[in-house]
Amino acid sequence: MSEHKEQENYLTAGFSLKSWLLTYDHKRIAILYLISIVTMFFIGGIFAALMRVELMTPQSDVFEPDNYNKLFTMHGIVMVFFFIIPAVPGVLGNFLLPLMIGAKDVAFPKLNLLSWYVYMVGATFTLYTIVSGGVDTGWTFYTPYSTSASQTHVVPVVLGLFITGFSSILTGLNFMVTVHRMRAPGLTWFRLPLMVWSLYATSIIQILGTPVIAVTLMMAGLEKIFRIGLFDPALGGDPVLFQHLFWFYSHPAVYIMIVPGMGVINEVVTCFSRRGIFGYRAIAFANVGFVIFSFVVWGHHMVVAGQSVYSALIFSILSYLVGIFSAIKVFNWTATMYKGSISFETPMLYVLGFQGLFLIGGLTGLFLAALGFDVHVHDTYFVVAHFHYVMVGGLVMAFMAGIHFWWPKITGKMYPELIAKFSMILVFAGFNFTFFPQFILGYLGMPRRYASYSEEFQVLNILSTAGGSVLGLGFLLTVLYMVWSLYFGKKVNANPWKATGLEWEHASSPPITENFHEIPVVTEDPYNYANRDFIKDFPKEVEVGA
Amino acid sequence: MQINTVPLLPEQASTFALQVDLLTLYLVAVSAFFTVLIVGLLIFFSVKYRRRSDADRPPQTVANLLLEVTWIVIPLALSFVMFIWGATIFFKMSSPPKEAIDVYVTGKQWMWKIQHINGHREINELHVPVGKPVRLTMTSEDVLHSFYIPAFRIKADVIPGSYSKMWFQATKPGKYHLFCAEYCGTKHSGMIGSIIVMEQSDYDAWLTNSKDSSLAEAGQKLFKTLGCASCHNADSGVRGPNLEGIYGRQTQVRLQDGNTLTNVTADERYLRESLLNPNAKVTEGFAPNMPTYQGLVTEEQILQLISYMKTLTPVVSSNTGNTNKVVPPPVAAPAPVQTNQAPKVDAKTTENKSSGSQAKSEPAK
Amino acid sequence: MHSSDHSAHHPALAHHFHDLHQQKDATWLAMWVFLATEIMFFGGLFLAYVVYRSSYPEAFAMASNRLNVPMGLGNTFVLILSSFTMAMSVYSAQVGKKGGTIVAWLILTLLLGSTFLVVKTFEYREKFEHHLVPGRHFDFYSHWEGHESAASHEGASASHETANKTSHEASASHEGASGKTKGVREVQIFFGLYFAMTGLHAFHMIIGAGLLIWLIVLALKGKFSAEYNSPVELVGLYWHFVDIVWIFLFPLLYLLGRHYHS
Repeated sequence: MSEHKEQENYLTAGFSLKSWLLTYDHKRIAILYLISIVTMFFIGGIFAALMRVELMTPQSDVFEPDNYNKLFTMHGIVMVFFFIIPAVPGVLGNFLLPLMIGAKDVAFPKLNLLSWYVYMVGATFTLYTIVSGGVDTGWTFYTPYSTSASQTHVVPVVLGLFITGFSSILTGLNFMVTVHRMRAPGLTWFRLPLMVWSLYATSIIQILGTPVIAVTLMMAGLEKIFRIGLFDPALGGDPVLFQHLFWFYSHPAVYIMIVPGMGVINEVVTCFSRRGIFGYRAIAFANVGFVIFSFVVWGHHMVVAGQSVYSALIFSILSYLVGIFSAIKVFNWTATMYKGSISFETPMLYVLGFQGLFLIGGLTGLFLAALGFDVHVHDTYFVVAHFHYVMVGGLVMAFMAGIHFWWPKITGKMYPELIAKFSMILVFAGFNFTFFPQFILGYLGMPRRYASYSEEFQVLNILSTAGGSVLGLGFLLTVLYMVWSLYFGKKVNANPWKATGLEWEHASSPPITENFHEIPVVTEDPYNYANRDFIKDFPKEVEVGA
Repeated sequence: MQINTVPLLPEQASTFALQVDLLTLYLVAVSAFFTVLIVGLLIFFSVKYRRRSDADRPPQTVANLLLEVTWIVIPLALSFVMFIWGATIFFKMSSPPKEAIDVYVTGKQWMWKIQHINGHREINELHVPVGKPVRLTMTSEDVLHSFYIPAFRIKADVIPGSYSKMWFQATKPGKYHLFCAEYCGTKHSGMIGSIIVMEQSDYDAWLTNSKDSSLAEAGQKLFKTLGCASCHNADSGVRGPNLEGIYGRQTQVRLQDGNTLTNVTADERYLRESLLNPNAKVTEGFAPNMPTYQGLVTEEQILQLISYMKTLTPVVSSNTGNTNKVVPPPVAAPAPVQTNQAPKVDAKTTENKSSGSQAKSEPAK
Repeated sequence: MHSSDHSAHHPALAHHFHDLHQQKDATWLAMWVFLATEIMFFGGLFLAYVVYRSSYPEAFAMASNRLNVPMGLGNTFVLILSSFTMAMSVYSAQVGKKGGTIVAWLILTLLLGSTFLVVKTFEYREKFEHHLVPGRHFDFYSHWEGHESAASHEGASASHETANKTSHEASASHEGASGKTKGVREVQIFFGLYFAMTGLHAFHMIIGAGLLIWLIVLALKGKFSAEYNSPVELVGLYWHFVDIVWIFLFPLLYLLGRHYHS
């Protein structure tokens, strides 16, 4: 593709603000998402930092308990709904899906832009809530506290999330149709990169799950305004019904968050191992397994909420079954590296980090599925640590791997390798220092959402706060050098990693607006590194950069 | 070193504690095995097959069914052990022994109100004897709470409008944390207290100190002041069902839609519903003419009434009816029509007879 | 650029599709997927309805007696008829009838849809006047009129009123429990669900009406032909879906438990 190198690409197609805000180009929309979610990530991160500051001492001395409650609520809402859920689909999915399947765009480009605007409207409501005094219900909005007792701005934030839900639904719908109808000639289902399988599985969960949370939040909002009594026992309602509806979405939502991240891992681990993926079909079907099983395990969030012993047993055993699909993936990724030719650029380091952290996150999930254990640690820091290991250790690490991996494709520039490795180490170490102590805290019995705590928990909390500051530094550094690389980064050719995949081998870096000069015809399986010329003269040939 | 002050386990102070910790040990062992295995492989592959190494790289096998099956089946088997082990403990946690001491807990933003069977009340403190099973019946006046004792490894959500149960048997005298584990608003982290486990003799002495009238007595007073007796007594069986032996009794009830349900057990939840929403389930043979007591009685008073109803022994002993009765010391004799029977904390009740004036509506602050 | 297109460049073909066939396939799939999300969306409300109907069958039966069956029934017929006219619009578009025929059927559909909404407005107003909108002014009994079993309920309600009145005096701290419910508290849940479900349905009808107007404009411009008529077909699918939702709502809200007289 080098002959097209100096010609126009999607970034140079227009420089006005209007050319960005009214673009139908999936790649530009991905950039819009990138800017939005990174902003939200740092807003959520500031809340987290303030919480960690408060938790350095047992007393609630920095913030009033009310304000602390708002901090963790806003941290949860911003991170879950405005960062983690849209992170990989919104940014990497939007950018890559059409490129990976050899299409000029997603099936509905206008709808795609609409999704971003819907997201922004939802974000605006949420930010308005933050500015006007916050909300203190926890991101779970458990009734009857949220609908009857809380005096904070529940209605605008619920409205904001209701709206944001449609962004997620529309993206899912768009991706699903795109995968079904827009694949290049010869690109059969089993020739799809596994990232596409992941995005496809995610889409189905978004399509089936998100409407339920939307209507649940709608009911909660109506309840708050009209005092209908849907979830308030004082008016005849059932507060636990809300939990059922909430987790019917919010457990599958965990897979909306993590499955796209797993997709990234497939792409990166093969590229830097110079190996085909081990167990392609097993991984592909594991995604389908996630779709099905994620919808039948919601009750494991309610083990101590008064459900019957038998339903607890059923949800417990189903939770173990869903765990198997994660195990399949982890084993296959490891086996992919076997007898490969492994190099350790930053994306690969993040993949290795992901493997270790997601492993711990997943295994502690098995802990929690054991009923007798869950009774003890439910609603303690053990759970907090567990889902941060999955969400941050899993999804965020995968997102970082992906954004580094495709950064040259997205921007045409290479990030600075050395400092990137350094901040990866900061992120990895900081993360473990932040969240590993929380497993112990949880087992010792420190409940979550506590503004003040017993003195014996202090040492571990200080450790956690210290780790958090390192973690924050790592993220901040990443943003700095990424922005730096936009101006000073080394220019790259179409395929600096010598990776397989249509986006690398058939599109320039950055791609042109229509993605491909000619729609590619696919004739081989994905990750066919064995058939690439450059594989023959490793180890010396493959180097970073152009 | 300060690090020495950080334990890895909370104190083990109930019969569950060791069981849960052993399960944890198994979980940690399995996890450690897989973590070491996977991380070990990652490191080993990273070194052995680093790009510049001269290791042999034959053409790749891209799938191996046997391998896939192996690493599905082995973890699945190990996790089935987790499931069964965890479920066994959970089952025990969910089945309180019949002879357990009853304690009633009401959660409220942001305090725990506790009533003992002899009427003794405490706030944010719960005194229990060592070595005796204790069963908590819990409800909330406002929002969700969760009663959590880390040293006992147990917790249960406390839900307004329904009763949750939980039980434990303390093994070691001492003072242990009580936390609210379900977020409940501003002072959620202040909704804490202590569980004080005492030797039996100390506990008896402590309990005897009580000036309160027993829970059942308070309930009996309430039963009179609210006028329940005018419909629910042995003679006026025409207007309302006779409540003697009601607790645990299996009755046939008529639902609002005209359908009937047989073998509905009159447990706490049923009695509470009958009080607050009397027409939801009407005992077969009676008209749905009982007014609701919603708003007339506090959650604590409902518990007193239920406690009183538990003391009403049946006229004719039924097979299952009174087995649920909570009788640490044996009942004096299953005498018929014992509406005045004192609750079962034998010796102490004599002291409580005197006071009883607070039976009626004290909105408990 | 791309050279492999089989069909000539139809004006309605978006640049990123190969041909009209692919475009039609994509939009059809999208509409079906969208309807799946709609089913899940309404599903949450239906679930809440089922849960509370089974918990409070009597209250729900009493409450459903307060709905206006003639209006609901009339609206049901109006909607079924509108489904027929919508199907005729789709048919005329598919066989490539002239714009005028399509427009006529579309306008008829729009009129029927609007009739539904107007009737619904009257129903809502009636509920509003009878204080049946959940909230501070909810009052189930005071405005009960014109129903044969009203008298017997009056008796029952009287006892409830007394019970509640004493409760006010007894405990001020429990205002949440009884302060605002003049009548059986559970009927308010019924009306909450009634307004949520029918309101959401009406909202979908309004969107449908907007889509119909859009189609009418397109048809007047002569955009539709035998080979390109997806918008009419897709809006048709949507319209039928919204009708089907009503087919479930009507018996559940208006009819179920109607035989009940206590």
